Amino acid sequence: MSERKRARNNGKANERVIHLKPPERMKIPRQQPIEKEPDYRVCNFEEVSDGFDVNLASEEALRCLECKDPVCMKACPVNIDIRAFIRLIYKKDYDSAIKKIRESNYLPAICGRVCPQESLCENVCLVGKRNEPLAIGKLERFVADYELKNGNFSPPEIKENKGQKVAVVGAGPGGLTAAADLAIRGYEVTIYEALHEAGGVLKYGIPEFRLPKHIVDAEVDRVKALGVKIETNVIIGRTLTIDELFDEMDFEAVYIGTGAGSPRFMNIPGENLSGVYSASELLTRVNLMKAYKFPEYDTPLKIGNRVAVVGGGDVAMDAARTSARLGPEVVNLFYRRSREEMPARIEEIHHAEEEGIHFHLLTNPVEIFGDENGWVKAIKCQKMELGEPDEEGRRRPVPIDGEYITMDADTVVIAIGQSPNPIIQQTTPGLKTTDWGTIIVDEIGATSREGIFAGGDISRGGATVIEAVSDGKRASRSIDEYLTEKKAVLKT
Amino acid sequence: MYPVISKTTIAPGISRLEVEAPLIAKKRKPGNFVIVMPVEKGERIPLTIVESDPENGTITLIVQAIGKTTHIINKMEAGDHFIDVVGPLGEPTPIKNVGTVVCVGGGVGTAVIYPMAKALKEAGNRVIGIIGARNREMVILKNEMADCSDELHITTDDGSYGLKGFVTDALAQVIDENKTIQSVYTTGPLPMMKAVAEQTRKFELHTMASLNPIMMDGTGMCGACRVSVGGELKFTCVDGPEFDAHKVNFNELIQRNKTYFNQEKKSLDAYNEKCKTRGANV
Repeated sequence: MSERKRARNNGKANERVIHLKPPERMKIPRQQPIEKEPDYRVCNFEEVSDGFDVNLASEEALRCLECKDPVCMKACPVNIDIRAFIRLIYKKDYDSAIKKIRESNYLPAICGRVCPQESLCENVCLVGKRNEPLAIGKLERFVADYELKNGNFSPPEIKENKGQKVAVVGAGPGGLTAAADLAIRGYEVTIYEALHEAGGVLKYGIPEFRLPKHIVDAEVDRVKALGVKIETNVIIGRTLTIDELFDEMDFEAVYIGTGAGSPRFMNIPGENLSGVYSASELLTRVNLMKAYKFPEYDTPLKIGNRVAVVGGGDVAMDAARTSARLGPEVVNLFYRRSREEMPARIEEIHHAEEEGIHFHLLTNPVEIFGDENGWVKAIKCQKMELGEPDEEGRRRPVPIDGEYITMDADTVVIAIGQSPNPIIQQTTPGLKTTDWGTIIVDEIGATSREGIFAGGDISRGGATVIEAVSDGKRASRSIDEYLTEKKAVLKT
Repeated sequence: MYPVISKTTIAPGISRLEVEAPLIAKKRKPGNFVIVMPVEKGERIPLTIVESDPENGTITLIVQAIGKTTHIINKMEAGDHFIDVVGPLGEPTPIKNVGTVVCVGGGVGTAVIYPMAKALKEAGNRVIGIIGARNREMVILKNEMADCSDELHITTDDGSYGLKGFVTDALAQVIDENKTIQSVYTTGPLPMMKAVAEQTRKFELHTMASLNPIMMDGTGMCGACRVSVGGELKFTCVDGPEFDAHKVNFNELIQRNKTYFNQEKKSLDAYNEKCKTRGANV
C-alpha cells in the first residue's frame, strides 16, 4: 500500500488498513504465545507465558477483520478501541497503540494478562465464528510490555487543575483506575492503602507466575506519574475515617474500592487444624510477603507433601499452582460440581492440569482429620451429582447418599470465595449495605451517602479485575460530574 | 518510615520503644494493637500499643526478643525506623465501671494488661493487679501497674521476687479474699490464660483474655488468626483480640501457634549466626 493511501486510511475509521483480504486473514491460524514448559515452570515462580514477540504480534494482528461494527469493543467492559490499536500494531506503531489503549484502560499490562478475554472481547470476535478468535488479550499485553521495555511512556497531558481533592480507598485495580482517571481530569487524588504496598489483589492475590509484581509496580508508577499520591499503611475505618476525610482533610469525594478480602471457610470439622489455610493466607504469604523465598524473606509458609485445595475458581487454581511450586508430591483439587461449571478461566484450568494438579470433580469436603499433634492428616469428601440448574443456570450439586472418599493430606487450602471487608461499612454512618455486606451503589456507582462512590468487589461481591477497572472508570465519570456541579452551585 | 524516638531495655531481652506514628497515636484506644514490619523483606507482626501520646504523635511498644523479627526490633535504637506500622487495629477493650476487676498479666503479657488496667482504673474501677514473671529481673512495668492498681500482687516462678509461684496462685488468693469481683482480664502465654480461665470458670467469674495468635495482615484478610469461641469461628484481628476466656478453645489455639515452630527456629538460628559472624547488629 502506498504511503498516501495509508495516510488517507488513517482518517477514515471504517476503511480497512490491513493489506490482506478477509478470507486470507481467516486462513491464518491463531498465534500461540511463547510459554515455559510445565516441567520447568512448576519448579519456580517465573511468569508462565512470555506472550507475543514482535513477529507473533504482527502475524496475529493480520487476523483482525477490522469489522465495521466492532463487537469486541462493545463486549469490553471498558470499551477499548480494539480495532484501532490492532491497526496500529499492524503499522508497527506500538507507541500509538498503547496510547490508544490507555485512553480506555490505564492498566494494560495487568489486564492484558489477567482479564478473561475468552468470555468478553474474544468471545464475540467474528474470526471466532469459523476459526479461533483473535488473541486480543495477548496483543494488549504485547504493546503494554513493549512500552515497559522500551520506556516510551509519557503521562497523558492534564489539561486543567480542578482544585478539588478526591480520596480513593484501596490501591487495587479499581482504585488505581479511578485515581488515574480522576487525575487526568484534573483532580488532586490521594489513594489510601491498608497494606504496605500498592496493588491490592494484584499484589497479594494473583501469583507472580501469572502477573509478575514488577509489572504491577510499573503500572502503579504510571499512576503516580499523573500526580496521584499513594499513602500505604492507612486503614480507612481505623487509621482515618471517611468522615474525617471530608470534614478535616478537605476531600470532596471518596471512591471506595476495598475489594472482597475476607476469606470464607466451610464450617466443617477440622478446619482450624494446623496446616489448613485460607487461599488468601497462602497467597498473601507467597505473593506479598515472598514466603517462597524464605528464609531470605522472613515470612514462613509450611507446605507438606500432599496438598488438598478446595474450590473451582481462579483463586483455587492460583492456590493449587502456587502450592505445586513449593515442592509437594501431589496437589489434589476438590470441586463440588463438574468441570463445565468451574468458574475459573479455561486458560488457568488448562495450566493447572499441565502442571500436574489432580482434579477431583463432584466431590465436596465434609471433614478434615488431624493427627495427635493437631496437624491435618486427611480430608473426607462426599461424592456429588448434578441436579437441577440454579437461578444462574448452573446445575446444582446434590450429595450422593453414603458415598465418600477419604484422601491423605497434610495441607488443606480453602478457596471457596471471599466476602467484603466490613471495616468501612461499620465505621461510616449512613452507608447502606446489602445483607451480604456489600456496599449498595446505583447505576452511576454512587452510594447512599453524598459524595461517596464505590465499585469492584466491595459492591459486586466477587468479580474480576476488569470489572473493578470498569467500575473505577464509571465512578470517576460520576465523581467528575458530581464535583463539577458542586463547584457550579457554589459559584452561583 | 516510622522513626524510633527512644528505646530502653526494661528487662533482659525486653525493650520499650517509643515510635513516631501520629495518626495511630491520635486514634488509639486501650486494647488496640499495631502490625509492624521492622525491615525490608521482614515479617509483619502484631504488637499491643502500650501507651500513646497524641500530642507528640508517638506510640509505645514493648517487645520481647523471641523470634527473628522481635530480635531485630530489640536491637533498634533511637534514630532507627520501622519501615511499616499500621493501626490502630482490633476492637478496643470495652471499658466500664463495674466495681472490682482483676487484671492478670504474665511475662511480656504484662505490657498488654497494663493499658487495660490503667483504663479500667481511670473509669473508676477498683483494680487488683497480678503480674508474674520467671524471676526478679524479668518483672516489667511494676511501678506502672502499682500506680493503676489498688492492690498489686507480683509472682515469680523462682520466688526471687514477690510470691513464689504462678499468677494463678496469686489469683486463687485474690478470689478467696474478694467476694465482689466482677471481671477478670488476662493476657500472657496461652497456657497461662488457659489456666486462669479454668480457675475462674469454677467461680463463674466473667473473664476476658486478649489472644495472641499467628497474624499477618491484621485487617481480617487472611484468616491466620482464626479461633473458635463458643464453637464459632472468629478472626482475632477484627473480632478481638479480647474474647470471653471461658468460650475460647485454647487447646486448638496452642496447636495452631506451633505451626511455624521449625521455620521460626531456622530463621532465628540463621539470624544469630549472621550476627555472630558480623559481630555487630544486623
